[in-house]
Amino acid sequence: MSTAVAEVIEKKSEPLFSKKNRKLITNPLDIDNPITVQVLGVCSALAVTTQLKPAIVMTIALTVVTASSNVIISLLRNTIPSRIRIIVQLAIVSLWVIMVDQLLKAYSYDLWKQLSVYVGLIITNCIVMGRLEAFAMGNKPGPSFLDGIGNGLGYGVILLIVGFFREVLGGGAIFGFKIFEAMGVHYKGNGLMLLPAGACFIVGIVIWIQRSLNGYRESH
Amino acid sequence: MQTKNEDYSVRQSNGYIIFYAAVLTVVCGGLLAFASQSLKPLQDANVELERKQNILATVIELKDGDDINAIYAARVKESVIDASGNVKEGVKAADVDVVKEYKKNPTERLLPVYEFRNESDPSKVDNVVLPIYGFGLWNDIWGFVAFKSDLNTIQGVKFQHKGETPGLGARIESEEVQERFKGKSVFDGDVLNSVVMQKGEGNDYSNDPHKVDGMSGATLTAKGVNNMLLDYLTCYKGYLKKNQQNVSLNTNL
Repeated sequence: MSTAVAEVIEKKSEPLFSKKNRKLITNPLDIDNPITVQVLGVCSALAVTTQLKPAIVMTIALTVVTASSNVIISLLRNTIPSRIRIIVQLAIVSLWVIMVDQLLKAYSYDLWKQLSVYVGLIITNCIVMGRLEAFAMGNKPGPSFLDGIGNGLGYGVILLIVGFFREVLGGGAIFGFKIFEAMGVHYKGNGLMLLPAGACFIVGIVIWIQRSLNGYRESH
Repeated sequence: MQTKNEDYSVRQSNGYIIFYAAVLTVVCGGLLAFASQSLKPLQDANVELERKQNILATVIELKDGDDINAIYAARVKESVIDASGNVKEGVKAADVDVVKEYKKNPTERLLPVYEFRNESDPSKVDNVVLPIYGFGLWNDIWGFVAFKSDLNTIQGVKFQHKGETPGLGARIESEEVQERFKGKSVFDGDVLNSVVMQKGEGNDYSNDPHKVDGMSGATLTAKGVNNMLLDYLTCYKGYLKKNQQNVSLNTNL
């Protein structure tokens, strides 16, 4: 399960959507999920999931940044000196994040206002660095791109689950629409769900359910 | 990860590492500088448009596709005053940096005033919009207050924030909360009472012109809003009082 060692997929002229490469997208959604299995990016999962909207936006931004950084690092992987590889990775990630931020500010100002805080958070998101180090450093650009997309989506799935429960239980709303009020039920929001601790509980429950479904056993 | 040995040893040399780092820095720095420079005019235009939009949104309902620049140019007259309410000549409202002024002593602040003129009779002031600035629970909060022509009744408010808690304090940005300020008044005769957001939510303050319903779980942000309003309304008091008299004179005539 652990991805500490890069899984090397080296085959000459393999089609981009071969069975093996498709797994790069589907695995992170479940058995290799970045949050619940690799335990990466938990910090931001707590920060952006009080409501669904920022969760979705963060998912899109992270997917774009992970996929594009993966491609760049994969292209450079044979030139990067291993002693400064983390710094190089960080520089590439920051470059992408600031670019996305600047472009949004210029061309989609409303979106930028909502996201700028979260976009900045991506730099520190362990998923990006983790995938660069564990996958892109040892694989070709094509698979690296798919790996980035897959992990971004895997992250997004958890974010949406957590965001859904936090917004419903904490604010009584879905995408800002007050569902309980619409049904005529009086609901007082549970403040705990709006605090980071609420996200910890939900992530924990998701991991529990996922592990019992997948028959995971802690190895000793 | 390394497969080719001869490549590997070259990549470990100090010279290569320094060269690599230098090139990387220059390329990344160059790209960012280029992006920042070439996108700046667009970004500045966005910021300016947002300022105008926020001012207009406190007094009229803007629809998608409205030409904000045109409406603003036609109906808003900008001026800058000092704390005693006298107009400062030669200073443009757009050049006044509210953040900088906020940090000054309240009596030394330069205060922009935006008069919203009547559509058919431009000499008549329908509304006056005043910028406000303060500190919430975590970070800065700011916005605009719009008064009706009596310079006492609130026509609308617009709050924004930098880092209030989403779902709690960040609600000051929502229509629902800003709606609560409409129709409240700030003066009681000559006394500035401001408008105070209360602790607790779901109470009815419709009979009290100086109180509005609070936000559950965000009492400290509400306190920041109250301080901000009081602080800036005190600054603008001179101006508001002076022009209230003008208004009543005009109606008497």
